[in-house]
Amino acid sequence: MVAPAALRVVRCGGGGRGHLGTSAVFSSDSKYLLCASGDFVKVYSVATEETLRLMGGHADQVTGIQLNPHNHMQLYSSSLDGSIKLWDFMDGIAIKTFTVGSKLLALYAPPDFEDSVFVVIPKSADRAPFQLVSVKLTKAAGQDVEAKELSVVLSGVDASPKCIAFGREGKYVASVKQFELCVYFFKKKLAQRFSLRSSKANGGSNCFTCVTCHPREDCIATGHADGKIRIWRNFHHRKDYTYSTLHWHHDIVKDLAYSVEGTYLLSGGIEAVLVVWPSESDCQRDFLPRLGSPIEHISMSADGSQCCTLHTDNRITIISSNLRFSKSIQGLIKSANIKTGLVVDPRTKALVLNGEPGHLQFYCLQTDQQLFSLDIVQREYVHQAGLHQTDLVKVAFGAQGKWLATVEEREDATNPELQLKLWFYNEKTQSFKLNTRINTPHEDHITDMCFREMDELEDDALILVTTGKDRVFKVWLMVEDTDPEAQQRVSWSCDFVGSYHNYQATNCCFSEDGSLLAVSFEEAVTVWDSVTWDLKCTFCRPPGKIKNICFGRLTCSKYLIGATDYGFLCCWNLLSCALEWSAHLNISVLQPDPLSEYIAAVSWLPRESSLFVFKPNEAQPVYIQRNLCQQKIQLAAFVPRDEPEMVSSEKYLWLRRSQLFFLTETQELMTLSTKSLEERLTPASKQLAVEESLPVTPFSLLLGKHRRHPSQEDTDLGNGVVQNKHKQESPAVRELLHTPAHVLPSASFLCSMFINSLLISKENKSAKEVADEVEMESEQAEDDSDEEGDETEMEQDDPSPMESLGELPCKLSKAQERELRKIRKMDYSWIAAF
Amino acid sequence: MAAYKPVVVQVVPKLGERITQDTVYWRGYKTPVQIKEFGAVNKIDFSPVAPYNYAVTASSRIHIYGRYSQEPIKTFSRFKDAAYCATYRDDGNLIVAGSEEGSIRLFDVSGRAPLRQFDGHTKPVHVVGFLSDKYRVFSAGDDYASSLWDIPSSTEIISYNEHTDYVRCGCASKVNADVFITGSYDHTVKLFDTRVKNSVMTIEHGQPVESVLLFPSGGLLVSAGGRYVKVWDVLKGGQLLVSLKNHHKTVTCLCLNSSGQRLLSGSLDRHVKIYSTTSYKVVHSFNYATSVLSLALSPEDETIVVGMTNGVLNVKHRKPEVRKEKTAKKRQPAYRTYVKGRTYMPKQEDFCVSKPVKHVLRKYDKLLKSFQSSKALDAVLEPPIRLHTPEVTVAVMQELHRRGTLRSALAGRDEKQIDLLLTFVARRVIDPRFTSILVTVADIITDIYQPVVGQSAVVDRQFLKLQKAIGKEIDYQEELLEVLGMMDTLFATFTRKRVTCLEESKSNGLGETTETSMNN
Repeated sequence: MVAPAALRVVRCGGGGRGHLGTSAVFSSDSKYLLCASGDFVKVYSVATEETLRLMGGHADQVTGIQLNPHNHMQLYSSSLDGSIKLWDFMDGIAIKTFTVGSKLLALYAPPDFEDSVFVVIPKSADRAPFQLVSVKLTKAAGQDVEAKELSVVLSGVDASPKCIAFGREGKYVASVKQFELCVYFFKKKLAQRFSLRSSKANGGSNCFTCVTCHPREDCIATGHADGKIRIWRNFHHRKDYTYSTLHWHHDIVKDLAYSVEGTYLLSGGIEAVLVVWPSESDCQRDFLPRLGSPIEHISMSADGSQCCTLHTDNRITIISSNLRFSKSIQGLIKSANIKTGLVVDPRTKALVLNGEPGHLQFYCLQTDQQLFSLDIVQREYVHQAGLHQTDLVKVAFGAQGKWLATVEEREDATNPELQLKLWFYNEKTQSFKLNTRINTPHEDHITDMCFREMDELEDDALILVTTGKDRVFKVWLMVEDTDPEAQQRVSWSCDFVGSYHNYQATNCCFSEDGSLLAVSFEEAVTVWDSVTWDLKCTFCRPPGKIKNICFGRLTCSKYLIGATDYGFLCCWNLLSCALEWSAHLNISVLQPDPLSEYIAAVSWLPRESSLFVFKPNEAQPVYIQRNLCQQKIQLAAFVPRDEPEMVSSEKYLWLRRSQLFFLTETQELMTLSTKSLEERLTPASKQLAVEESLPVTPFSLLLGKHRRHPSQEDTDLGNGVVQNKHKQESPAVRELLHTPAHVLPSASFLCSMFINSLLISKENKSAKEVADEVEMESEQAEDDSDEEGDETEMEQDDPSPMESLGELPCKLSKAQERELRKIRKMDYSWIAAF
Repeated sequence: MAAYKPVVVQVVPKLGERITQDTVYWRGYKTPVQIKEFGAVNKIDFSPVAPYNYAVTASSRIHIYGRYSQEPIKTFSRFKDAAYCATYRDDGNLIVAGSEEGSIRLFDVSGRAPLRQFDGHTKPVHVVGFLSDKYRVFSAGDDYASSLWDIPSSTEIISYNEHTDYVRCGCASKVNADVFITGSYDHTVKLFDTRVKNSVMTIEHGQPVESVLLFPSGGLLVSAGGRYVKVWDVLKGGQLLVSLKNHHKTVTCLCLNSSGQRLLSGSLDRHVKIYSTTSYKVVHSFNYATSVLSLALSPEDETIVVGMTNGVLNVKHRKPEVRKEKTAKKRQPAYRTYVKGRTYMPKQEDFCVSKPVKHVLRKYDKLLKSFQSSKALDAVLEPPIRLHTPEVTVAVMQELHRRGTLRSALAGRDEKQIDLLLTFVARRVIDPRFTSILVTVADIITDIYQPVVGQSAVVDRQFLKLQKAIGKEIDYQEELLEVLGMMDTLFATFTRKRVTCLEESKSNGLGETTETSMNN
């Protein structure tokens, strides 16, 4: 916090390019998964699905990653910035940088070539056609090395990394482009070209999309845009080549991969189905359907035990060799179109937005992981281009996250299919349960939806308002069912329908105390009494239709803010019913902070987004950040902090209670922070890699057992509290284990403290322990004398190690004493073994 | 990786009656037996003793029917003109009936000739009945008089001339042998005590009283007249307890069920309504072909007999209770085999292998899962699904439409299948739940099979039927819109009285909701 508090824009998840640049690579022991993500290379643990390391250094998008075939702890990565980097991915250190010069579009490192890798570069600067060249990696000392020894292997190749594959033992390389397959034999220095006659049968052309080579035989598999897979054999000869066709996919084959021994071929496409084709034709093909979203890349681990698929929505799925879904690594799921906006779940403080089609994703900002995905539409999603599928368009939380309202719609030529669903949070199952479903709540699209949020009042004061393009707004009220035989106690029904001069209702917003409802109708803002539903007053500021409205909060609750699409930001005083001030700003996003009176507005000028933070009572903004990012900011949300942050400067006071997150058009999530992403990455995750490589000892077994304990406790209690903080289990233990031995105090001194740290805290005391109390009492007398000695000793010792250990409790509670006694009786003979 | 999600079948809450215990109970009758009588049936009375025969008074005859007989087992036809109100005595041995000529006759159930004849009324006698001491008969008629007769001596004991119009209904108390009531067209119900010279209580009903009824306890009195059924507390001096207005024509008859928990009322509007006597809400209702004149319920509610103005007697018998245990008994494995291994508690060192729960998919889901659109559509056009759960058929059609394969699924069908499809569409397209998708389906079908129109008479007929159904619906909607327009003008004039600028939007809102509700 001492650092010069310059506010920076920090990327913190998602991303338009995401993982899609290139396929993922398993480490040789299949414990880690390496993946290019934008400018970074990410290291995931396969066992825990966590991000272990983020290796940054490239100035542009990473286009290819390959393990160094001669050292399995090293990784080559190529980037559009024209450099190849060699990494030690266990430590996250860039060992060497080879500068090639021109843009690198793909990287191949076949094992049979001594110190040279293959890259795809454009022939002339920046433009097609592309060529495959081999790069001699010099063994010269130094970090930055120029790699100038290029030799062209093939020219006129496709830019996509999936369009080139190396054959067994590096004998040949196969490249596909358009309707032509080209095989280059290194020994003969000869290129064979086979071309297909282009045909357009039922909609798809038969041009090549991807290629892969059999690892043991001379056999090439190619995927085509019409869904066919061709297996080419005998391609050494110009004339006698043969191919066989496999056809299951109905659309483009996105990627192909052979198993390690070549016994089967994996293929994937837009259908989100992984298809397994056995080499022997008498075996049946196998499927792994419903992987969630179209498959983009497939890669196999070196030992063949696992394979992973990368999906278009930035998800990585790990599949075990028996074709069982095993794990899924997912951060912020990229959805085709975020219509729901960024909503913060009041319960978990997670960001809520469109996820998988028809699902709502709850994204945890702290861990960059998806907490869970709520299936809203509950219909089978057919992955096929050109279908109008039902999707989620609006989301609102009410009553501190107890109620969730969702609107889904299906775009149809004649009339949109609309459904409003209300979900109730079930404490027992810790998930939302469908309470009411309303078919066709409005006759046309729903433009906005909000709950009346009230703090103290009981549930039945809950009101939901929806505005629609059918020129009305509707008020939905919770009604109690008096029939005792009814399945549920409450349901929702329409209470009031309001309209204004037959204008389309565009936005709605409740004041902080819930007494007023503002509804914007095209150019006018109307304010309604939320008890009698009387129109109180209207505000209008032509020209331009109202895009956003919000009420001021706390001290500024008498103001109403509105932004028009004509480039004006207006602030009206509700007491005097007059315009307080207005500013000429082309607002794209208007977002009030729920915990303070600040309001953030993001303006959009061509090629530049700017942020303005203001209080409604002053026309002068509190904070301005010009040129926030190049892209248009699509959405923004204030996420409340768990505890108010210390803010050094007056200027950043608005960041004290909550943090502002933005989502750009390419679905990159950004925030304003004084810390960079590397700092934000928790040290715990960095430690993980080390811990996993530790050998199994009796000591680690004991620690492991202990570490699992608290999490079990949590689930057992199940008291409805969602743990959102990332817990660092027992920092003292970790500190102890990672401090060099020579700086530690003597073991006898540390022992008691160490045992202390293993104790379970008081509130977890179970009934069983109470029972133990009785039999313990008899032994108390003899223990007393020893114990006193211990305690005094501890207090006498210098307090410095105590401070360094930080969170140890200074005084022992009774429960802890009892625990201590119990532990003392345990057999510690194994310590003697050390 | 997610599992296959089955097709969501939209369940629309059923409007109208809910399934309650009452609906189940009152629906538990077989299809009615219709018996033609000679004239309007003015009274039906069940014998209070087994085998519960019932006496039906219609025209100049009294027919006695056995429980399941469709032919009268006995007929009393000694009347010159119309007979009225044949009523059983409590022991089921005697029947008394009034007549158009003013005489009252007493029959033995086994005999044919009348045992006694009471003469004294000058006008037709519409009401007769036994008092609960079995030895006296009360009567009332169009001469405004209510009389009491002694059976052994066949003499008049007392006569009350208090009503000022025809007396058309009456009832004796079951708990007190001296009390009876009569209801008259002078809008009053009068309570008489035979020990007193005058009526002891007069209740003003407000409409000509068509039927009266005393609860078995004698504390409550029910009167029906005009469109109203009114319940009075006799013990509180005739205080109005509740007034029910559930019929839209005159209520003609009242009846209690055997337990006294339900009150039935029949009306000229062709309905019989059943009320709970605790909440006085309608719990069920029957409708009949013509106006209901009389109504009776056998002991244990085994039979409902309803007489109508056109002389038809409608008899409904209760279905016998289905014994489920007997039919559902399957051979089960011996208990020992059944529990084998189930009681085993896993020990700590045991590996527990859990079997995954297998989700059973419906046939159409299985076909949809493997993208066999045509077969999936065939599966939901099977008779049980098509007829009983059309929402499933429509949901699958919608899913196919969503997948963009509806056209190919509908194409390439033969005459029989097109016939089937068109029958379904023509029948269901007017259902607002299904309209949106079925219009699309109809559109596609006409599009595909346009070239073959004229080749098959069956298909052509179905096309015409579809056209007719849609035309009818359009007319109906137009009519509704007209009504809506009228209502809007009414609302507009209504709101002008209270001049505020807000009302405009409110009325719009109201109009909007009514429109949606009508469209739906």
